Amino acid sequence: MNCQHDDKTKFLEEKALEIRKSIIEMLVEAKSGHTAGPLGMTDIFTAFYFHILKQDPKNPTWEERDRVVLSNGHICPVLYATMAHAGYFPIEELKTLRKFGSRLQGHPHREFLPMLETSSGPLGSGLSQAVGMALVDRLDRGQNTNRTVYCFVGDGELNEGQNWEAIMLAGKEKLHNLVAIVDRNNIQIDGYTENVMPLEPIAMKWASFGWHVLEINGHNMSEIINAVDTARAVFEKPSVIIAHTIPGKGVDMFQNDPKWHGNPPNKEQGANALAELRTLGGQIESEHQ
Amino acid sequence: MTIPLNSKLFDTDVEQAPIRAGFGEGLVLAGRADERVVAMCCDLTESTKMDAFAKEFPKRFFEMGIMEQSSVSVASGMAAMGKIPFVSSYAMFSPGRSWEQIRTTICYNDRPVKLVGSHAGISVGPDGGTHQAVEDMAITRVLPNMVVLCPCDSIEARKATLAMAKTTKPTYIRLAREKTPIVTNEDTPFEIGKAQEYFRTESPKVGIIACGGLVYNALMAAKQLQEEGINTVVLNMATIKPLDRDAVIALAKECGAIVSVEEHQVAGGLGSAIAEVLAVEHPTKMAFIGVHDKFGQSGTPTELIEHYGMGISHIKEAIKKLI
Repeated sequence: MNCQHDDKTKFLEEKALEIRKSIIEMLVEAKSGHTAGPLGMTDIFTAFYFHILKQDPKNPTWEERDRVVLSNGHICPVLYATMAHAGYFPIEELKTLRKFGSRLQGHPHREFLPMLETSSGPLGSGLSQAVGMALVDRLDRGQNTNRTVYCFVGDGELNEGQNWEAIMLAGKEKLHNLVAIVDRNNIQIDGYTENVMPLEPIAMKWASFGWHVLEINGHNMSEIINAVDTARAVFEKPSVIIAHTIPGKGVDMFQNDPKWHGNPPNKEQGANALAELRTLGGQIESEHQ
Repeated sequence: MTIPLNSKLFDTDVEQAPIRAGFGEGLVLAGRADERVVAMCCDLTESTKMDAFAKEFPKRFFEMGIMEQSSVSVASGMAAMGKIPFVSSYAMFSPGRSWEQIRTTICYNDRPVKLVGSHAGISVGPDGGTHQAVEDMAITRVLPNMVVLCPCDSIEARKATLAMAKTTKPTYIRLAREKTPIVTNEDTPFEIGKAQEYFRTESPKVGIIACGGLVYNALMAAKQLQEEGINTVVLNMATIKPLDRDAVIALAKECGAIVSVEEHQVAGGLGSAIAEVLAVEHPTKMAFIGVHDKFGQSGTPTELIEHYGMGISHIKEAIKKLI
């Protein structure tokens, strides 16, 4: 069992490395876009699209699929790259990010890429949509529903009041089929979150609105998978996983610096980043070292 | 009369009912006809006339509390799961406060969410200007994929509600609070996107295009002008978007002058929509009856309609100036 578990973790870590490379390549090619958030969320997206999600990349409208709502649409490079690697569309297409006529719009637009559950960009409205999906799932399938609605939310995004409307509603409705994942990377455009608009005590805030709260290292595959398992086993409440992540994870230059929130690497920076990823693959916190 | 209307329309004791009441009846019928119809309200269930639906379909009704921005996005999520959600509030709060969420989560996704704005217009009365939405048609009309409806009475509101439940498009319906005269009857045709001709006298010199509760004032003005020897046509334009361009152009060509009548800012509403078509297709002299760049205030509906220049006499005056 342990050996299988280790193999799985290793497989996911290697996948995450490939996806990080794709993210850097696509951002260099696009010459605009967000770097820090996508790299910080790569391990989580990899765990979801290569292990956790009930999905069929060849049949993206499969009725039994889990639903994924990306609320902070600006981190879409990680969504696109992970979906491509998971087989939703050709990896080659990633190079069209942000280009005229591309299905991969600068922020996700499902009229261009209908396999997305929703469009996003303006912050704060994803969780409400996920609540709507979870309400309908329960209305149609009852308490024993076998589908889960996952919503990815940024931490800075929690400044938006609409999130707290949705958090309040989900708590009222006890939506156990809803799991929110907060990318707690501590940065937003104007600086560190606790300077721009303090969010702490963030776990207590969610808990006080009736959510089951889990906190994890968002770069540790086992923690990610175990947290989702726990969240799905909680039957009384919606769950939130506060995932502590390092913005720009994997490339020294990008890490923990708010200036990489909304900027892409240029060609040279991109080449250096790719070289660093290749040689320092183990920097992604591994359970094998 | 070219089509059937309420036979007592021009009588002094014409029946009255709130337009919003017709919505409430229509929603129940829509709910019976299609189990995908669900409804949600922002703490105004009785006011927006969703109470009958909530009573008949308690599992399909969701009390959202006072959160308009989240509610329209929740509705988008429900539509993504195959439902036809109706979301109601006062027009000032939704689409007023919830506009960006409507744009991004509903229209940008082309989801069949049905937005219900009650208590629209200055005829809300005593509540005052904060509660008098006179911008709602402008802000919904500019959104791609959106359909905008403004029924003229409670019977038409019922028909419009049933019709909008059957389409796949995001739709906004504008309702009024106070009782207004019943203009139509059960046999009056209603179709989304089609103007209906409610009044015609021979060799008309002015075409009147009206929507909402003021269709009644437009008809009264036309009737009185007929007695003064001034001939007009009145169109009820219950669909602001998509506008019935053919009807507008044909009327302009026939009459040579157009008056728009709406309980809404003249900027961005029905009159603007008409002018956008005519400026390109058939430049025509126009007059605009509506609110002219002002906020509302407290008063009775009649006082306010007169104060802001939307009374029968104002319509007649505008028509005479055009001739």
